[in-house]
Amino acid sequence: MAILLRCSLNFVPLTAQGLKVTAARAATILLAKELRLEFRTRELLTTTVIFALVVVVLFSFAFEPTAAESRRYGPGLLWIAFLFAGSLMLNPSFAREQSNETLDALRMAPVSPFAILLGKVCANFVFLAVAEAILVPVFAVLYNVSFSGVAGRLILVLALGTLGLVVTGTVFSAISAHARMRELLLPLLLLPILTPLLIASVEATASLLADQPELDRTWVAFLAGFDIVFLTASWLLCDYLLEE
Amino acid sequence: MKGRIALVLVAAALMVFAGYAALYIAPDEKTMHAIQRIFYFHVPSAICAFIAFFVVFIANFAYLGTRQPKWDWLGVAGAEVGVVCSTIVLITGPIWAHPVWGIWWTWDARLTSTFVLWLLYTAYLLLRGFLDDPQRKAIFSAVFGVFAFLDVPLVYFSNRLWRTQHPQPVILGGSNSGLDPTMGKVLLISFVAVLFIVAILIVDRYRLERLRAEYEELRYRAESRIAEAAAKTPRTVTEARVE
Repeated sequence: MAILLRCSLNFVPLTAQGLKVTAARAATILLAKELRLEFRTRELLTTTVIFALVVVVLFSFAFEPTAAESRRYGPGLLWIAFLFAGSLMLNPSFAREQSNETLDALRMAPVSPFAILLGKVCANFVFLAVAEAILVPVFAVLYNVSFSGVAGRLILVLALGTLGLVVTGTVFSAISAHARMRELLLPLLLLPILTPLLIASVEATASLLADQPELDRTWVAFLAGFDIVFLTASWLLCDYLLEE
Repeated sequence: MKGRIALVLVAAALMVFAGYAALYIAPDEKTMHAIQRIFYFHVPSAICAFIAFFVVFIANFAYLGTRQPKWDWLGVAGAEVGVVCSTIVLITGPIWAHPVWGIWWTWDARLTSTFVLWLLYTAYLLLRGFLDDPQRKAIFSAVFGVFAFLDVPLVYFSNRLWRTQHPQPVILGGSNSGLDPTMGKVLLISFVAVLFIVAILIVDRYRLERLRAEYEELRYRAESRIAEAAAKTPRTVTEARVE
């Protein structure tokens, strides 16, 4: 802690001399740190992928996984798995900064709080995107659903949905990190907020699985709107999340 | 104190009158008969729940702007009363729906939104219970409250967009769908009665929260004074006796 303090004290005069760290650069540094940490432990990704896989397998017992049924329930199943996996995966995002009080070091760094939040959001986005990239093909094979020919549009839907999930989830992870029972609290805060996102992403994904796949533009626009609303809200409110 | 008793008495009288009006003054509905009379408490509770949640939003916003604890107290008061009101809505709704629609519940836009709203503000209250530091509790719950409020139109809009593709049971269209004038008056009376009670509850809950905050403050000060006194006299009686 003392070393970190000294480091950050050294940092302040540096910025005063004009070596100002821009928000984008700070976010990139934080993103690199998160990725390095994950690359060394691989805790988060392994557990997330396995957990989502467990959900997908369990659903096969809940209904008859024939091709026709799968096309009806598949999109919902896939997104429920992503939502559950995401709400578990986002928990350590801020909570693991507390064990060595590195969150205080982050706070003392001469960068805007939004840069810190943005770095975390980007890192979580990458993690969840990797988990989805593994899970979607596995799901397609297990449930006999074909995404061929709509891959590009599917990626668009997945990206928009994941962004919304990760933005709200990272903000709530900063909140729940300070609470008791945080592992239980985060899904409780996050999942009701995400109901519009769930409806929109499920409907958009379902439109890609129809006999004549055509992307439902209304739902894609809705997803983009959801992302913009909550990204703006986190930009406006992130000062409150990271203050002491 | 006398004023408060008078207020509560007025609220009780209003509520009794509203109950009488709903049961005896309001005309019988042509197809639904007696069960329709639940409408006179279902609709006012729904409107009051929305009013209470709007109070929460204003309070959250004002707290983040001013950092005055009174806005935090108002926030928790509004949220608790709003959750109670929406619980009443969610219970009276199915009681009415079962004989009229033939089902207890349908995932219609309005029903779903009310349910999600209930979940959001219950989460708000739970979050407060799990945060110990009072300052942090106030800030974080205010941030969550703003997020929840921003989510409400999205929830309603997404459910409407989604469900309009499917045929829905016909919903009672509220006061604008050819409501009998006497029914309208009875609805207004019960709305005033419910609103009166809700206002009293919010004010009382606000006072309770203020008292609690003052108590916490006093306890904190007393504890720190004791700690200070202990620090000033390093040799306590027991230590002297040991020597």
